[in-house]
Order: sequence, then structure tokens, then C-alpha cells
Amino acid sequence: MSDAAAHAMHPPTSTGLDNRKVAIWAFIGSECLFFASLISTYLVYKGKSLVGPLPHEASQCMLHGQMQRCEGVFEVPLVTAGTAVLLFSSFFVVLALYGAQKGNRKMLLGWLSATVACGLFFVGMQVYEFTHFYHKGMGYGTNLFSSTFFTLTGFHGSHVTLGVIWLSTILFLAARGKLPPEKALNLELAALYWHFVDVVWIVIFPVVYLMR
Amino acid sequence: MATSVLEHSAVHHAEAKSGLWSWITTVDHKRIGILYGASAFLFFLLGGIEAFVIRLQLMTADNTLVSPEFYNQLFTMHGTTMIFLGVMPLSAMFFNYFIPLQIGARDVVFPRLNAFSYWVFLLGGLFINAGFFFNAWPNAGWFGYANLTSAQYSPGLNTDFWVIGLQILGIASIAAAVNFFVTIINMRAPGMTLLRMPMFVWMSFITQILLLLAFPVITVALVFLMMDRHFGTHFFIPAGGGDPILWQHLFWIFGHPEVYILILPAFGIVSEILPVFSRKPLFGYTAMVFSGVFIAFLGFGVWSHHMFATGMGPFADAFFSLSTMLIAVPTGVKIFNWIGTIWGGSLQFKTPMYFALGFIAMFIIGGLSGVMHSSPPADLQQTDTYFVVAHFHYVLFGGSIFALTGGAYYWLPKMTGRMLNETAGKIHFWLMLIGFNLTFAPMHILGLNGMPRRVYTYPAGLGFEFWNGLETVGAAIIVVSQLVFIVNLIVSLRRPRNAPADPWHGATLEWSIPSPPQEFNFPEVPEVKSSIPLWDLRRELGSLPEPQRVSGAGIHLPNPSYYPLVAAIGVFVTLGGILFAQPHFPWYVITLTGVAVLFYGVYRWAFEPAG
Ligand SMILES: [Cu+2]
Repeated sequence: MSDAAAHAMHPPTSTGLDNRKVAIWAFIGSECLFFASLISTYLVYKGKSLVGPLPHEASQCMLHGQMQRCEGVFEVPLVTAGTAVLLFSSFFVVLALYGAQKGNRKMLLGWLSATVACGLFFVGMQVYEFTHFYHKGMGYGTNLFSSTFFTLTGFHGSHVTLGVIWLSTILFLAARGKLPPEKALNLELAALYWHFVDVVWIVIFPVVYLMR
Repeated sequence: MATSVLEHSAVHHAEAKSGLWSWITTVDHKRIGILYGASAFLFFLLGGIEAFVIRLQLMTADNTLVSPEFYNQLFTMHGTTMIFLGVMPLSAMFFNYFIPLQIGARDVVFPRLNAFSYWVFLLGGLFINAGFFFNAWPNAGWFGYANLTSAQYSPGLNTDFWVIGLQILGIASIAAAVNFFVTIINMRAPGMTLLRMPMFVWMSFITQILLLLAFPVITVALVFLMMDRHFGTHFFIPAGGGDPILWQHLFWIFGHPEVYILILPAFGIVSEILPVFSRKPLFGYTAMVFSGVFIAFLGFGVWSHHMFATGMGPFADAFFSLSTMLIAVPTGVKIFNWIGTIWGGSLQFKTPMYFALGFIAMFIIGGLSGVMHSSPPADLQQTDTYFVVAHFHYVLFGGSIFALTGGAYYWLPKMTGRMLNETAGKIHFWLMLIGFNLTFAPMHILGLNGMPRRVYTYPAGLGFEFWNGLETVGAAIIVVSQLVFIVNLIVSLRRPRNAPADPWHGATLEWSIPSPPQEFNFPEVPEVKSSIPLWDLRRELGSLPEPQRVSGAGIHLPNPSYYPLVAAIGVFVTLGGILFAQPHFPWYVITLTGVAVLFYGVYRWAFEPAG
């Protein structure tokens, strides 16, 4: 049974909006509170760490058992690059969706691959960053900064990872010709989620990396 | 992952389905509603038994019926069970069964997601209680205050069962909330504008929004706590710079909206019962809607009234005191509208009406003591005393449970096709009302006299004996009242069907179809022109003809599926694995297995043949 036939057999929804789209929006609303709680905790505990390492340079901090000058752990240029890539991916997924809706297979596959690649780059950047911090002696429970940082960015990263898996699944289907224009909504739902994950990062990036 | 009823089978479901497998794979909102109801009622009885053992322990001074340790487990599990496994899923039973019927839909919008929610809820409830068999029933209070819950002060698995169990339950709640939110927005029958929805649907709608916005916050708090206990963080541990008060903020930002999650469905049920048994439309429909919205909105700005004793300073105290008092205004609007509804009505004193009226009276008492708590100086006197216990039992038992019981008498004939005995129903009501007041009214006095809550006994000679003895007698009467209900229910279920489609002269769509409804609910999608469609029809036709059962040939229903259960097991194993998080133990193998099962379930679910 084709989707078009299914639509023909059912009354339109009460609002005219697609059911799954409303569901994604409701879920995103819920997720806003999830990240708001994580970000608030990060801010509440900002500057309250008893020992280093610290996010930004500090003249006095307790590190390796003695008070000393501490360097900040953040590598802002690298994360800025990751941020830019993630932002571009939001643009790419819009182009992919446009391709899907117009039945332009080349556009769809090309831009969707680019989106997935951007997502992978971002996740890779985070994996590198986390490993790097770990080698600098910043474990998950080292101090309040490390705990709140890893929890917040870790949950964001796992959302990006889920998005990559979701988009890759659609890419796989699309490559096998299973994403005709009337099913473009399947991509639109994933794209909505993807945009949300990006928007959350736009909040996290300045709050965590730029604010001193 | 989410698939709508748009993608369903073209198979006709003419034959009746029964047997265990049909229940495991069901995606029918009515069957899922019954599953919710049956499971929640059993949990409710368990929570009741816990409460009764508490009352037996407190019946006399210096009693030694239970140990202090077991007493901690009893009051923790009583609170946790009644809130998360009793009242919430009993409301979910009515959401499931009656939201689609009241809005004229054939099912919820995502039937398989609905089954998933139920299975996750059931597994979560079993998980929390499983601690009992390892002598590790949760024991740190239903509010789980830090840093009592830290690994240092709560070694053992008790708190782990609680933390992980609540996370599992949270997933069920959010999945269900998304489902009902979209169902109400998008599945209404033609003509049913938002301001023509039955009040139960309205209050349920607001409840779903509260669930969506409140549960993520406790999820985060529980994640922090889990990390503190197992992975070396110090979110709530002062030794590492953490602040135990942060737990209280996160918990009550969830916890106060949770109060409305427990009571708004009750408001909705009572707003259905009163008009029907007064033979008058609901008074002030629009005011009812907007007062509900206003209550929910304010509900997110009052959480710290649970924290006056932490010393937040005059500004915060004043803010949260005023915002709390403000909530009394929309709540008062509701109470006056209920009174306006019965005013001058042609009152039909049937059992549901008894419970609805009992609800109003008891809820007013609980509401008034709630306003007393909103004043910080008064609250400081009452904090951690039985006065608070009295207050929230008047709103949750006198409020929610009375309304839910009224809802059961009102709607069970529709669900089972069998009427409940009226005399037994009224005996149930009077026993419950008397038992309830004997149990909880004296707690006001005991609390003001300084009897602390959560303490397993009290010494003789403080003047606590008489009231405590009386309370235990009251609790015994409540137990008897529940037995009357259970007998009534069993006797009615063993009789042949005798319920007409519309036993109460109802005003809403669920009464336009046979009791119990056929699998497809409505042979034809109804059209609605007001908030009281059946009364319109009755006026037009003089009387309503009894609807006949029809063949469902040609009506498409979603396929049964067991992937929701597979996915739910995945969630259960993923989070359950963390219970084993010890150094040098490969607990992550369990968790990763769970993730794999979850992905398998979700992918098979997403790619299940559409028909
Ligand atoms: Cu409150």
C-alpha cells in the first residue's frame, strides 16, 4: 500500500499538521528542559571546582596537590571548527531535503552524505577532545567542572551520534531508491531533530567555551 | 521510530482475538488501557498494604512490629508506589481508554508507541520492587534527598533500584505523553474544536504537557545521582564541592508539576461526572479550561515552597510564597465552577456522583492546608511533621483517589460491559470517606503537636497514642472499603454483560457506542457540533436508540506487534545493567546488550511491513 493511497483513505489530521511532525516537536520541547537542566547545572557549578584542571587559565588553582598557576584545558580553535562544521551540516540537510522533495537523487545523496560526514567529524572532534582531557588528568569525577562538562557535552554528543545513525539509515534507504518525494517527510523528521541538536550546541558553545 | 496509524494493515479484524499472545502483541488502546488499569490497581493494593503495615506499626507507642530499617523501606515504597505506580498509571488507564473514545478516534495516534509505554512502565515498576527480594527495597524516601542517597550514606542496592527504576518509568511517561499530546491535537473528530473537547480530554492534554516538561528535569537529577553513586562524580557531595540543595531544586522543579500530573486528570474526571449526574452542562467551561492552563503554568514557578526550611533568604521565600498563594485563585475558580454545575441541577445520586462530591469536599480541606504551607513561617512549623502528611493525603487520596474511584464507577461499565452494584458502591464510598477522615484528619493535630514524619515509632506519654490508634482504625476501614470494591468488581465481571451503551445519560461520544466498544470504536467517524454531542442528539431525537454491534469489515486497524515489548526489554536491560556497575565487573556488557536489543526492536518496529 503506497503512502499516497494511505493518505487518501484517512481524514486529514485535525490541525492539518502531520502527526509525526507534531510528535517530534513535542519531543523537542521535552528535550529543551533536559538540556536546560544540564546547562543550568553547569552554570551553577561554574567556578566552584575545588581542584584543577580548569576550563580557562587561572593564576591560582590546586593541581597535583599544590597551588599553582593553571592553564585552561579548552582548545577553542578546534571546537570552533567543530561548531562551524555542525552549523554547516544543518544547511546541508536542508539542501538534502530539498533534493528529496524534488526527486533530485543526486542532490539528496550528495548533501545527505555531506551532513552525515559533518556529524561524524563533530563526534570525532569530541572523542579527540575527551581523550585529550583525560590524558591531561581530567577524569569524569576529577572536579565539578569535569563532571558537569562531560555530562553536558557527553549527552549532546550522544544526541549527535543518534542523529548520525538516524540520518545514515535514511541515506542507506535513499541510496537504494527507497526515499521517493512522497516519503521526503521521513528525512524532514530526522532533519528537525538534527536542527535541534545543532541549536543546543549553539547555546552550549558560548556558555561552556567562550564565557569566562 | 514513531509510526502513525496512517501506516497500518489492510487486514480486516473480524474475528475476536484472545489468549496471552494477543495481549502481549496488542496495540489496541482499549486493551492497553485495561493492562494499565490492572497493573496499576495491583501496585495500588501493594502500596496500600505498605501503608497499612505502617499504620499497624504506629498503632501503639514504642511498637516493634517492624524494624526501623524496614520501616524506612515501607514509607519510601509507599510514596514511590502510590505516585508512580498507582495514581499516574491509573490516570493512564483512563487516558488510554477514554481519550480516543471521547474525541471520536479509532485509536491513539501511535498505537505501537502506546504499547511500548505500557511495557516500559510495567518493567520499571517491577524493577523498583525487585529490590524487595534482595533485601534492598528503596529506603531513602520517595523524594530521595541528597546526600542521604550518596554511596557513603546509602550503601547497598536500595537506592540503585530506586534511581534506575525511576529512570525507566520516566521513559514510559515521556513516550506516553508525546503520544497523547499528538492524539489530542490531531485525532479529534470533525467539528470537535479545542473548546468543544470534553473537560477530561482538556485536563489530560495539560497533564501531557506537564509530563513532557517535568520529567526531563528529574531524569537529569537521577543521572547526576547515578553518576555520584557509581562513577565518582560529586554533583551532590559537599566533600567534592557539590551542593545537596541542587538535588532539591531539580527534584521539586519536577515534583511540584508532578502534583498537578496527579491531580489534573482527577479534575477532568470530576468535571465529567458532575454535569452528567446534575443533568446540566459544565458550568463555566472556558473558565475551567483556562484555570487548568493557568494552574499548570504557575505550577512551574512554585517549586521552592518545598524548600523553605533550607533557608533561601527573604526574597526567594517571598516570591515562592506569593506564587504559591496565587495558585489558590485558579483552583478556587474550579471549585466554584463545580459547585455552579450542581447548583439547581436535577441531581442523580449514583455512586460516581458520591465520589465526585466527596472529592470536592476532601480536596477543599487539602487545598486549604496547602495554602497554609505557602506561608514560610507556618511552613517552618509544619515541615517534617504529620501536618504535611495530612495535607498531601487530603489532596492525593481525598482528591486523586476519590476522583479515580468515581471514574472507575462511571467508566467501568463502558470498559467491561457490566454494571457495578450500586449498593455496594455506596457502602464503598461511605466506608472510604469515614476511614479516610479517621486516618488523616487526626494527623493535622498530631503534626501541630510536633509528631515527626518518617520516624518508625514514638515514645509513650507525649499524647500521640490516642490519635495514632484512631488512625489505624481508620486505615482498617479503608482496607475494608477496598475489599468491598474488589468483591463488587469480581461479582460484576462474572455476570453476563448487562451494561447499556449509555447507562448514565452521558453527554460525550464514548456513550454513543456499545459497552464494551468494538475494536474499531466507531463504525463511522462521528461529527461534533458542541461539547455535549449526545445531549444535542437526545434533544433532537427525544431518546437515543441503543447502538447495535456491527461487522467491522472494511475498517482498517493497526497490526499487532511484539516489537514494542522487545524495545521495552531493551530499555530495561540497558538501564538495569547499571545496577551492576562495580569496579572490575563487566556491567557494560549487560548495558550494551540492552542497547543492541533496543536498536533491534526499534529497527524491526520501524520497518515492520505496513500491511
Ligand atoms: Cu509543591
